[in-house]
Amino acid sequence: MFEPGLYNYWIVVFLMMTGFFVVISRGNLVKKIVGLNIFQTSVFLLYITMGKVDEGTAPILDDRFTAYSNPLPHVLILTAIVVGVATSALGLALVVRIREAYGTVEEDEIAKADEEDAET
Amino acid sequence: MKRHLVLRVVAKLLIPMILLFGLYVQFHGDYGPGGGFQAGVIFAAGIILYGLIFGLDMVQRVVPTGVVRLLIAGGVLLYAGVGVISMLNGSTYLDYDVLADDPVHGQHLGILLIEFGVGMTVASVMIGIFYGFAGRGQR
Amino acid sequence: MMSGIYSLLTAGVFVELDAVDVAFTEAAVGAGITTILMLGTLSLTTHKERVPTKPRSLRLLPLGVVVVTGIALIYGTLDMYHFGDPNSPVNTHVAPRYIQESGSEVGVPNIVTSVLASYRGYDTLGEVTVIFTAGIGVLVLLGAGRRKRRGGSDS
Repeated sequence: MFEPGLYNYWIVVFLMMTGFFVVISRGNLVKKIVGLNIFQTSVFLLYITMGKVDEGTAPILDDRFTAYSNPLPHVLILTAIVVGVATSALGLALVVRIREAYGTVEEDEIAKADEEDAET
Repeated sequence: MKRHLVLRVVAKLLIPMILLFGLYVQFHGDYGPGGGFQAGVIFAAGIILYGLIFGLDMVQRVVPTGVVRLLIAGGVLLYAGVGVISMLNGSTYLDYDVLADDPVHGQHLGILLIEFGVGMTVASVMIGIFYGFAGRGQR
Repeated sequence: MMSGIYSLLTAGVFVELDAVDVAFTEAAVGAGITTILMLGTLSLTTHKERVPTKPRSLRLLPLGVVVVTGIALIYGTLDMYHFGDPNSPVNTHVAPRYIQESGSEVGVPNIVTSVLASYRGYDTLGEVTVIFTAGIGVLVLLGAGRRKRRGGSDS
């Protein structure tokens, strides 16, 4: 049952679960975003490992090689990395503004402040 | 300012090379690894390094905020504009075959132009993010 | 600092997996931009996390959820194709056409660039628009670093 050819998926699942755990178990907003970044990296690894071909080489045409690794996942992940950093920056900008508005970045203190605002 | 002398001297040596390397990666994306996304990030990293060492005021004199805003929009407009030009030449949107006399040359020209647009937008977004975070810390 | 090391390791793994363009991007983005971002955010917010005061049973619940999800995912991967198999559906559907036709149709040696810019150019336009939106979102939220204010109002 434990095939050696599947270990790349298990590494991906392990990283994904680590990121997921950080997101749901910590109340600090900055740590949540760090967990989301770990999750993102595991998804990139999933796609890239699915695209690798045994005995293939980098997908740049050259007369010396005939077998190339699949270029399609590379294209998707290339743009996904830059988009990921832009959206992480947007999330961190929101965290900075939340800190200025509420004075804290812990989510239960923010929820308590909102309830007190709703009561008054 | 005599503080951080080693940092300033090393940065003055390195930053032009980083910017040059960014431009090289941008225009040689056809023949080796590279292209617009990588080049934009490398170029922005060079400018951010300048901003980290010499201060926000100096880097905002080199790349003013208005220029950053213009470039962010300009890159996307360039990309979309290449598609519109393809339509004006009689083909479908973003079909590069009609941009020059020979389809292969048209593809080359189209790829060069849109990668440049991508590089402009990515670099200015990264610099804009740096300006936002660095500017906030001084209030 | 740890995120910088993590990004460098991931970039090395990508090179080993023949994904040179992706490794390039990950190294540039991770080592350069993400470190600055995290340092900037940490300096603008607090440096220390508050020690969690929830009771022990509540802290085991996330661990349980994570373990159950992980086991379900691993069960799902048992049917997948092996690592590096050239006959998997990923590698036999449309990728061989790109690899074979790219030289004659587009004439650019780097297949990743030709797929990104020519075969899938429309998708790349969408990606650039997402980056554009995130950029102007950050500029709207945080201002653009002007130090001289006229009349003390945000324009």
